[in-house]
Amino acid sequence: MTLTKTLAAVLPTPGRLGYRFNLAGRTGLCVIAFWALIAVFGPLMSPYAPGEIVDWDYFSPMSGQFWLGTDYLGRDMLSRILMGARYTVGISLAAVAITVTAGVLLGMTAAVIGGWFDMVLSRLLDALNGIPSLLFGLVVVAAVGSSIPVLVLTLAAIYIPGAYRYARALAVNINTMDYVTVARARGETTFYLATREIFPNILGPVLADLGVRFIFIVLVLSGLSFLGLGVQPPNADWGGLVRENLEGMSLGAPAVIFPSVAIATLTISVNMFIDNLPVKIRDRSE
Amino acid sequence: MSPSLLPWYYVGQRFAIALLTLLIISFTVFFATQLLPGDVAEILLGQAATPEAVAGLREAMGLNAPALSQYAGWLAGLAHGDLGTSYANRMEVSELISGRLANSLRLAGVTTLISVPFALALGILAAMYRGSALDRAISICTISVISVPEFMLATLAVLVFAVWLGWLPALSIGGNADTLGGLLKTYAMPVISLAIGVSAQMVRMTRAAVIETIQTPYVEMALLKGASRWRMVIGHALPNAIGPIANAIALSLSYLVGGVIIVETVFNYPGVAKLMVDAVATRDLPLIQSCAMIFCVSYLSLITLADIVAILSNPRLRR
Repeated sequence: MTLTKTLAAVLPTPGRLGYRFNLAGRTGLCVIAFWALIAVFGPLMSPYAPGEIVDWDYFSPMSGQFWLGTDYLGRDMLSRILMGARYTVGISLAAVAITVTAGVLLGMTAAVIGGWFDMVLSRLLDALNGIPSLLFGLVVVAAVGSSIPVLVLTLAAIYIPGAYRYARALAVNINTMDYVTVARARGETTFYLATREIFPNILGPVLADLGVRFIFIVLVLSGLSFLGLGVQPPNADWGGLVRENLEGMSLGAPAVIFPSVAIATLTISVNMFIDNLPVKIRDRSE
Repeated sequence: MSPSLLPWYYVGQRFAIALLTLLIISFTVFFATQLLPGDVAEILLGQAATPEAVAGLREAMGLNAPALSQYAGWLAGLAHGDLGTSYANRMEVSELISGRLANSLRLAGVTTLISVPFALALGILAAMYRGSALDRAISICTISVISVPEFMLATLAVLVFAVWLGWLPALSIGGNADTLGGLLKTYAMPVISLAIGVSAQMVRMTRAAVIETIQTPYVEMALLKGASRWRMVIGHALPNAIGPIANAIALSLSYLVGGVIIVETVFNYPGVAKLMVDAVATRDLPLIQSCAMIFCVSYLSLITLADIVAILSNPRLRR
């Protein structure tokens, strides 16, 4: 009792920090939370094993026995989508975490050090930005083969230049502030300047950027899996589920519709959430 | 430097940066594909090959040379239009690509012709009636389209036009369309899916560009003097928004590069992207490298074009 009370008093809830989410933002947040829970607990709730053939018929419609129908081999679609959530959400989250961490670290370092270091790094990463994202994934996966670590690292590498560019632009603005100049005059190290003076002040926009990159990564991962280069059978993420059941499209099978719906709800809700973030988080300069 | 030359200085700078970028990209593409496990000579000769034969082929193909000199040779070949020989069927890569490239360009061209006027009209309308129900509807549609993967647009188009309505065939067999109707049927599905994706980006960027000019004092002045909404936007705001809009068009068209890869696969359209995806499956290195470079070059040209348009249309640099 007292513990929950003290926790509630310490937790930085939106209300205490002085901002609120509007309806669209809350809806988005709810859907995101829903898929996050599914990714963690979904496979425990699934009625059948995702790889098990449970129906003699293939592409069967929705029924009481198979809520979302069955796929091209007669496997239960609900179980496969619940398991697919783990792949899609998990791989994308891991990749986006690496992307944004690397982008922010490099961006802040470039902004604080400046000079030739900044110029060379920016030019190099800008050049990598000139490779279309899906193509980058195609080439790398063609070269080293597809496995989950390769997918995570490739997806992360694709978006590091973008995350860097964004973080650097934010950090450069903060870097000109008086308090940073003062800290520098005090003789603080680069590490101190980046972590103590700059990072807290770019955190909000960086989190918004994390959401945007997450959407991009989900889209590219789904695209790669759709081309057969992502998560390999018998496992499948949502893009892979669309691919393997594509023949069922002419039958209007739920097996091809529901994985698509899953991807769309996830990406659209993240977009809704980001678009409706309170100004206070998105842009601290205002 | 004389002020009138200033924009051209920046344009030259952009070109230099684009060339440098291209060099770095070619480096990345070459070495990424060289990571391929397995010895190419062994793969080519099959399991029955003697070690001597493999060594001989390695020597003949120049595979024993250091990686950097292989890269230099490959780059020099590219510059001369010599793209190498396909591993899979011993054909010249340039020969394999040329016909496919024309198909892909035709697809991209038709998509551009349809999506640009459509997207500009929607974007300008949304900006004119900002905050209205029309604007909100357009905004919701474009956000939804941007948020979903390209293959979903394509599968959705198949579901609606081929399965439910039965108007169009689900597959596309480009090239053998003799009649106008046949031609339309061949291109309709891939073009529709691509155009929806490209337009969504373009509508959003056009809307943002027009709204930005509408908010300037001189446009507000026109409104205060009693100009109609149409006159205010078409006569006063639009001429100054043309630069940002052209920039938006070029940037959105770069979406075509990624979209084409998916759409050609879904519809079995015989273009460069389909060729490349098939080459990935057979691990045909020279073909993958050349196709990748084609995509990178077109992507880079569009981005550079967007930058150059932005520079040239900036009146502050034109004095």
